Amino acid sequence: MEKKVILIKDTGFKSDTTRDIQSLFLKAIRDIGAEESIQIVRAADLGIYNQGVVVKILPDNTVYTHINSDNIDQIVKAVHKGEVLENLLLKDRVEQTRIVLRNCGVIDPENIEEYFSKGGYTSIAKCLFDLTPAKVIKEMKKSGLRGRGGAGFPTWMKWSFAANSFGDEKYVICNADEGDPGAYMDRSVLEGDPHSVIEGMTIAGYAIGAKHGYFYIRAEYPLAIERVENALKQAYERGLLGKNILGSDFSFDLEIRLGAGAFVCGEETALIASIEGKRGTPNPRPPYPTDSGLWKKPSIINNVETLANISAIFQKGGDWFSSIGTEKSKGTKVFAVTGKVKNSGLVEIAMGTSIKDIVYNIGGGVLNEKQLVAVQTGGPSGGVIPKKHLDTPVSYEHLQELGSIMGSGGMIVMDEDDCMVDISKFYLKFCVDESCGKCAPCRIGGYQMLSILNKISEGEGELEDMDKLHRISQAMQKASLCALGQTAPNPVISTLRYFEDEYKQHIIDKKCRAGKCSKLIQYTINPDKCKRCRLCVTNCPVSAITGDREHGYTIDQEKCIRCGRCFEVCKFEAIARV
Amino acid sequence: MEKTTQQKAMRKFTKICDIVNQYNRDKSKLIPILQKVQDEYRYLPEEVLTFVATTLNIPPATVYGVATFYAHFTLSPRGKYVIRICDGTACHVKGSNKLLETLREKLNLKDKNTTTSDMLFTLETVSCLGACGLAPVLVINDVVHGQVTREKAIKLIDEIIEKENKNAG
Ligand SMILES: Cc1cc2nc3c(=O)[nH]c(=O)nc-3n(C[C@H](O)[C@H](O)[C@H](O)COP(=O)(O)O)c2cc1C
Ligand code: SF4
Ligand code: FES
Repeated sequence: MEKKVILIKDTGFKSDTTRDIQSLFLKAIRDIGAEESIQIVRAADLGIYNQGVVVKILPDNTVYTHINSDNIDQIVKAVHKGEVLENLLLKDRVEQTRIVLRNCGVIDPENIEEYFSKGGYTSIAKCLFDLTPAKVIKEMKKSGLRGRGGAGFPTWMKWSFAANSFGDEKYVICNADEGDPGAYMDRSVLEGDPHSVIEGMTIAGYAIGAKHGYFYIRAEYPLAIERVENALKQAYERGLLGKNILGSDFSFDLEIRLGAGAFVCGEETALIASIEGKRGTPNPRPPYPTDSGLWKKPSIINNVETLANISAIFQKGGDWFSSIGTEKSKGTKVFAVTGKVKNSGLVEIAMGTSIKDIVYNIGGGVLNEKQLVAVQTGGPSGGVIPKKHLDTPVSYEHLQELGSIMGSGGMIVMDEDDCMVDISKFYLKFCVDESCGKCAPCRIGGYQMLSILNKISEGEGELEDMDKLHRISQAMQKASLCALGQTAPNPVISTLRYFEDEYKQHIIDKKCRAGKCSKLIQYTINPDKCKRCRLCVTNCPVSAITGDREHGYTIDQEKCIRCGRCFEVCKFEAIARV
Repeated sequence: MEKTTQQKAMRKFTKICDIVNQYNRDKSKLIPILQKVQDEYRYLPEEVLTFVATTLNIPPATVYGVATFYAHFTLSPRGKYVIRICDGTACHVKGSNKLLETLREKLNLKDKNTTTSDMLFTLETVSCLGACGLAPVLVINDVVHGQVTREKAIKLIDEIIEKENKNAG
């Protein structure tokens, strides 16, 4: 008989309960004489939280929650007999809905056969042989799919603009420049299911009448590039790309271009300039790319996740897709949940799921049992959602109401150790660094705002600075040439809206609650708690801590660079941060 | 006379010629060409930029403009080991700037210098590497290290230095 393993973990992190439960398990196993066939292992972490003591049975992967002394005998017997106890099974309170990630981690991305086995490339066949391009667009309209790259523009509309544009040379571009710092949904899709994106692009090409398409992929993603190259090769070999696809009249070629490290190239007109071999600076719109895009020909640019939805839509129908989600936001959204969350990772949920469910039920809550302060979405173009609005359902319209955006899918959980002035400074600095400098509102406005934020974080701020920030923000929003400049102030506006008090603390009290703004904090040694272990002395990089075992130690504030090293290493909490 | 210097240049830059020819001397492929050239030289020396401009028959200013616009292109030589610390949001909230401080200090990099004087290390920041689940993340010559603490970062550097010393001695 196959040997079974029972992994035990108390999800409230109390190792002593785990130990007690372990001995009860051992006893139960001995009672039925199953020592040879069942092994007990204490697990470090099972990725499940707030469900009491949890056990996982291997190799079956059954998970039971809320284990106590009353049900241990029952479990051991069931494991021994190979039965399942339905009433103790882990109930997923919030289900992920996997459309975009349907094949990720399920199929071998390097093997086209496995994609076929999931119905891959049946959608393109259906489009080519059963549907006219106009009908393809009609089905897309039914689905209600909106762009997942940030702005949420209806995909069918973009396609129909390009389809109606004059000319027989048109282009389809897949935007895989994934610039939002703190997000990796697109990378995962390209690495895990590259054929779904290729199929989506081919369907788009058929719908608008393009013969040629480009993948624009960040060079930082070597594995994604390799997987796409491999998938393209296989698709060509099978006649799914190239001349007369599947014997139809439709021909379509795809090639790869690599980004060279410029965030602004995620913007449509800049991306086009970059493919053309130029500096990636945006151009005024109109003309829109659907009229005059790559090489001045009608072009559509779609995000990776948008494209990965397409073949699923044609497999199951536009009506099926639009049955998922909210009134104005259909389907699912993939988020990269990171930051101070227990289970960081990719999450795909139906639109309308609340942020709270994502963070607590799927993400397992905040790390180290700290207090959640805010959740950030939309990256440098987005905003923060404070704790009181966590019940908000995820949808384009709801997030916008709160002054954030859906964005491409970054979701950063922030706790009491994160300073909102620091966060807004971080995002703004990102935009200032990445601004192409072509237009003045973004180039100068961004710089001005950043200097004001720097001033505030150094304790030199004045109350009227908050007003100034608002005024410059408005100018940037109205007058910048591209969305980078237009949205760069968003993180500042949104933190000012919800965390005005925190700004005031920095300005009036010269205090940083989170201890992030180094100019506003001081480290001191509490002589009562200090055990004179000298750990801080040896760890201080600038030798600012002096003294001896007899008289105790002090930190020379002149020398101290406020790196917090001593604070981190002290085992006795003798270092105070004020 | 004119011709011989050009011939000399051609000989010196045969590799570049190959690369440019691989792309059919197509101006629109300037970025992939520069990416390939940089793979070869590890940076883009000025004379190489001029040479690429000549072969593609475009003004050197255009090539220079492109080379300076994109963050991946570097016009000065870089160290043998390029350390890139992720400064994406996930890494930022998990303390990436402390890593940066620690390593700048460890490598004794002052002011705006990013490369050590012995040309062994170059220290840069990079925006999100798409490994946010492992934050904070740093990359040394394309090898990704996740959940890096200050101790771990220092250890990584020490290991390289030790290896280099061994090779030298
Ligand atoms: C500065 C800037 C950066 C952007 N970066 C990306 C990106 O990395 N990926 C992406 O898909 N869209 C990005 N976008 C949005 C694209 O310009 C475009 O709206 C999107 O690719 C359209 O595809 P969709 O309709 O499928 O969403 C960016 C926009 C701006 C202004
Ligand atoms: S808004 Fe900023 S990034 Fe966009 S064109 Fe103007 S300067 Fe360039
Ligand atoms: S933020 Fe560092 S890997 Fe994404």
